[in-house]
Amino acid sequence: MSLDKDAVRAIANLARIEVRDEELDHLAGELSNILHFVEQLSEVNTDGVLPMSSVAAMTLPMRKDAVTDGGIPDLVLANAPEAEDGFFTVPKVVE
Amino acid sequence: MAYIIQGETGDWEIVIGLEVHAQVISKAKLFSGAATEFGAEPNTQVSFVDAAMPGMLPVINEICVEQAVRTGLGLRAKINLTSVFARKNYFYADLPQGYQISQFDQPIVGEGELILDLPDGSTRTVGIERLHLEQDAGKSIHDMHPSKSFIDLNRSGVALMEIVSKPDLRSPEEAGLYLTKLRSILRYLGTCDGNMQEGSMRCDANVSVRPVGATELRTRCEIKNVNSIRFVQQAIEYEARRHIDVYESGGTIRQETRLFDSGKCETRSMRSKEHAHDYRYFPDPDLLPLVIEQSFVDGIEAGLPELPDDKKARFMAEYGLNAYDAGVLVAERISADFFETVAKGRDAKIACNWVMGDFFAALNATGKTIENPPVSAADLGALIDLIKDGTLSGRLAKDVFALMVETGKAPAVLVEEKGLRQVTDTGAIEAAIDAVIAANPDKVQQVRDGKTTLLGWFVGQVMKSTQGKANPAMVNEMLSKKVLG
Amino acid sequence: MTNLTNLTLAEARDKLAKGEFTAVELTQAHLKAMEAKRALNAFIIETPELALEEAKASDLRRQAGTAGAMDGLPIGIKDLFCTKGVQTTAASHILEGFKPQYESTVSGKLKQAGAVSLGKLNLDEFAMGSSNKTSYFGAVENPWKRTSDPKAKLVPGGSSGGSAAAVAARMVMAATGTDTGGSIRQPAAFCGITGIKPTYGRCSRWGVVAFASSLDQAGPMARSVRDCAIMLGAMAGFDPKDSTSVNMAAPDFEKALTGDIRGLKVGIPREYRPDGLSDEVTQVWERGIEWLKAAGATPVEISLPHTKYALATYYIIAPAECSSNLARYDGLRYGLRVPGKTLDEMYAKTRAAGFGAEVRRRILVGTYVLSAGYYDAYYAKAQKVRRLIAEDFRKAFETVDVILTPTAPTAAFGLDETNDDPVTMWLNDVFTIPTSMAGLPGLSLPAGLSADGLPLGLQLIGRPFDEETVFKVAGVMESAANFTAVPEGV
Ligand SMILES: [Mg+2]
Ligand SMILES: [Zn+2]
Repeated sequence: MSLDKDAVRAIANLARIEVRDEELDHLAGELSNILHFVEQLSEVNTDGVLPMSSVAAMTLPMRKDAVTDGGIPDLVLANAPEAEDGFFTVPKVVE
Repeated sequence: MAYIIQGETGDWEIVIGLEVHAQVISKAKLFSGAATEFGAEPNTQVSFVDAAMPGMLPVINEICVEQAVRTGLGLRAKINLTSVFARKNYFYADLPQGYQISQFDQPIVGEGELILDLPDGSTRTVGIERLHLEQDAGKSIHDMHPSKSFIDLNRSGVALMEIVSKPDLRSPEEAGLYLTKLRSILRYLGTCDGNMQEGSMRCDANVSVRPVGATELRTRCEIKNVNSIRFVQQAIEYEARRHIDVYESGGTIRQETRLFDSGKCETRSMRSKEHAHDYRYFPDPDLLPLVIEQSFVDGIEAGLPELPDDKKARFMAEYGLNAYDAGVLVAERISADFFETVAKGRDAKIACNWVMGDFFAALNATGKTIENPPVSAADLGALIDLIKDGTLSGRLAKDVFALMVETGKAPAVLVEEKGLRQVTDTGAIEAAIDAVIAANPDKVQQVRDGKTTLLGWFVGQVMKSTQGKANPAMVNEMLSKKVLG
Repeated sequence: MTNLTNLTLAEARDKLAKGEFTAVELTQAHLKAMEAKRALNAFIIETPELALEEAKASDLRRQAGTAGAMDGLPIGIKDLFCTKGVQTTAASHILEGFKPQYESTVSGKLKQAGAVSLGKLNLDEFAMGSSNKTSYFGAVENPWKRTSDPKAKLVPGGSSGGSAAAVAARMVMAATGTDTGGSIRQPAAFCGITGIKPTYGRCSRWGVVAFASSLDQAGPMARSVRDCAIMLGAMAGFDPKDSTSVNMAAPDFEKALTGDIRGLKVGIPREYRPDGLSDEVTQVWERGIEWLKAAGATPVEISLPHTKYALATYYIIAPAECSSNLARYDGLRYGLRVPGKTLDEMYAKTRAAGFGAEVRRRILVGTYVLSAGYYDAYYAKAQKVRRLIAEDFRKAFETVDVILTPTAPTAAFGLDETNDDPVTMWLNDVFTIPTSMAGLPGLSLPAGLSADGLPLGLQLIGRPFDEETVFKVAGVMESAANFTAVPEGV
């Protein structure tokens, strides 16, 4: 799969990474190379093989329903680039 | 009772599917130990997990799994013993991880059904497509600052059940009935409090229209996060008309997410959701497949309460109630329980009339709730007993009930205190009748001349002179004997 | 007094116990080395005051008789582990200045065991790299030099390059590393030290900045097999805060070092001889086989047929997971924020400025392979091939007890030998990635020197949760290899 500039722009937008127009060509080339490399997997016969999303041979452990956390707004906000009145703040979102 | 909208080009029907996000009743969040209570100070119910700090990991709350299974069973749905949590990736200010942990192609609950109770007493079955567990997002507040949005993560990570119906609903009214019934079931099960104002139950409506008789589905629009049943109905109605107008003027409907403006009673396109989404779902590598045992499901099933449909059927069969009355009484578990306490060992029809009549009226008048009723079920039952044993006439009972509402006292106490016992002593009634007859010889003559309707007037006079305490049946009988001979 | 920085963990532990020196003395000696070797850029931040405080506390514990398994031993922490109140960056601009309000489980356990941390070690940005050149805080230099060209600066490998360099240069006695596709083993090989990536699920991932969640594992890097066994014992164990942590107590790994490997079957995979594998590496491998034979083990040729697809599989799965794991770095709650007029603009500018080229590239690849229409062809396909790779190992372990391979196809390469082609760069991990895909324990130990005087490593791979056999065999190989060479200036 070869990616063109528009495709790269669309992916970068999905990933919320600003890409300058002059970078697009180079990135398209790089990403296309990578995709080309990984596409060798198409030669592997995987008929009837179940996808493996974890190597852990176990099932999901569960915890009890108890309040054991929270009540630490100062710690939660300690690293905030911007906060006001106990809230994180961001540029205004229009819905 | 098909709901049809007449357009300029012909008749149209609405096709509606509802997605309900129901907040799971649990102490702690789905994947963290922070509390879930409503209305706390901003960011006070937030753990490092909920704020998506680097290196934080989710661990699932077993009660949330149990609640989802319980709800699935309540919707007569297939419970999937293996389900998978997936990440739904998108960026938003109140989504700290940059993804929502949800379930995608392997939800915990599969197909089920819900029975609508139509006003004419009939029912209609609506398909449930699925129910899955997922995290709630935080809250963005846009009106606290001219150029900033404020972010509170208290809700971030609270467990939600997303319950998706099949596109089986055909009118705003049915949508309302669906939500009412779903809410009722959730509340019976104790899995969601159903409070739409506080956002513990939110509804997205998928709406499309098609000409009557057509079978294919047309493009649908999704109206997001409507927070009352009435608004859902209004939004559907508006949206359906909008579609019809567009089609009839030669336009096409674009699949999109819309917002309902309850002030203007209209829907509008959501700017923030405009660009096409690509959620890039994939299994969350921080969480292994959720595997539950059939015995776990069986245990939950064994502990299920009697649900509205079964209770309604039983009320009709056991107490002889009609479908409407039974439906009203079972809508809330507490009203059904109230009725049953009143009806136990008594005439169920009379109990039903009292509960649905004077008692519900008193709830309205006093603004009290059935959780904290103005008259207890035991006292109401005792009042009915006093009618049955002749201590009170129906009329006196109404007075006593009013006093019970006012004072909170038991009916027997009030009867004693106020001397409201019905008079059944023949002599006393006879004396009262004689007095009225003696005072109104002309009216007696009129009755004897054939104007028997005047008898009622005599009854009234006798009741008045006995302060309403005379047994009305005895008065009637003795009076007609005396006057007519 | 002996040169305190040349001791192994085990030696220092025993001498501390005997009172030959104090934890403060041991720490001071290492702080001095840390200062002297600052040019290697192994640390992102040094925390000498904290270290001395911890050392003092350690001496008090020892007096009170409550010393832990690693009490008073100076170590370094890879800057991927969140450390309470101490800046944690993952070597990324986007986390510069971030001070976690919590301590990762693994670094917390080490503290609990009494270890003294000297600071946070450099790494490839978000652990993505095999050279440590992608760090926002600059490359790390390998303390080893080529005999033919002692001036040339070499890479320490990556991503745990700072950890490997600091251990090799005797700045710390041991360090934490993390390994996603080889990030402990390859730098250990490049720097002539020993490191083990334990079985996936053995060490908690809680509090470790995530790269690829289904692969990430923490492990120890030290100067001997025994040291790794001691340190892994302190790091490992069940953590209810990590749903993929296995509920199994960590055994006493040091006890596994019996020296007796008679009768063990050692798998030698046929597919680990790709074209271009250097003769030197092949020779070290052959020598390793001979050592094991001499100790009474039996080499068995095995086949791991899907080996050649491991790299491609990895470069779909790891970027996919990373694209999602790194979505949280959005400038909102911590780390860098570049202002924007809108929220989306703030995100895009912050992430463009905050992530380096390699991280951006992997996020974009990961975003693409998960996107609508491509998921099945890339991500789902890779997950299926992953199962085939894991199956290869499972079958192999039906007949062998451990597998021996080279760790990396070459010795450390030059810092300036820039290779712009990411795919060529990735070939460094060709021997380590299959193990990661299967979640198996893999240990690298130094087995010899190249003609140019650089260390070469061998890798031992074990069954799931059988680190003990890996350690046992590694101990025997370590004795046979008798690797006594040290880098320049040690
Ligand atoms: Mg939805
Ligand atoms: Zn949802």
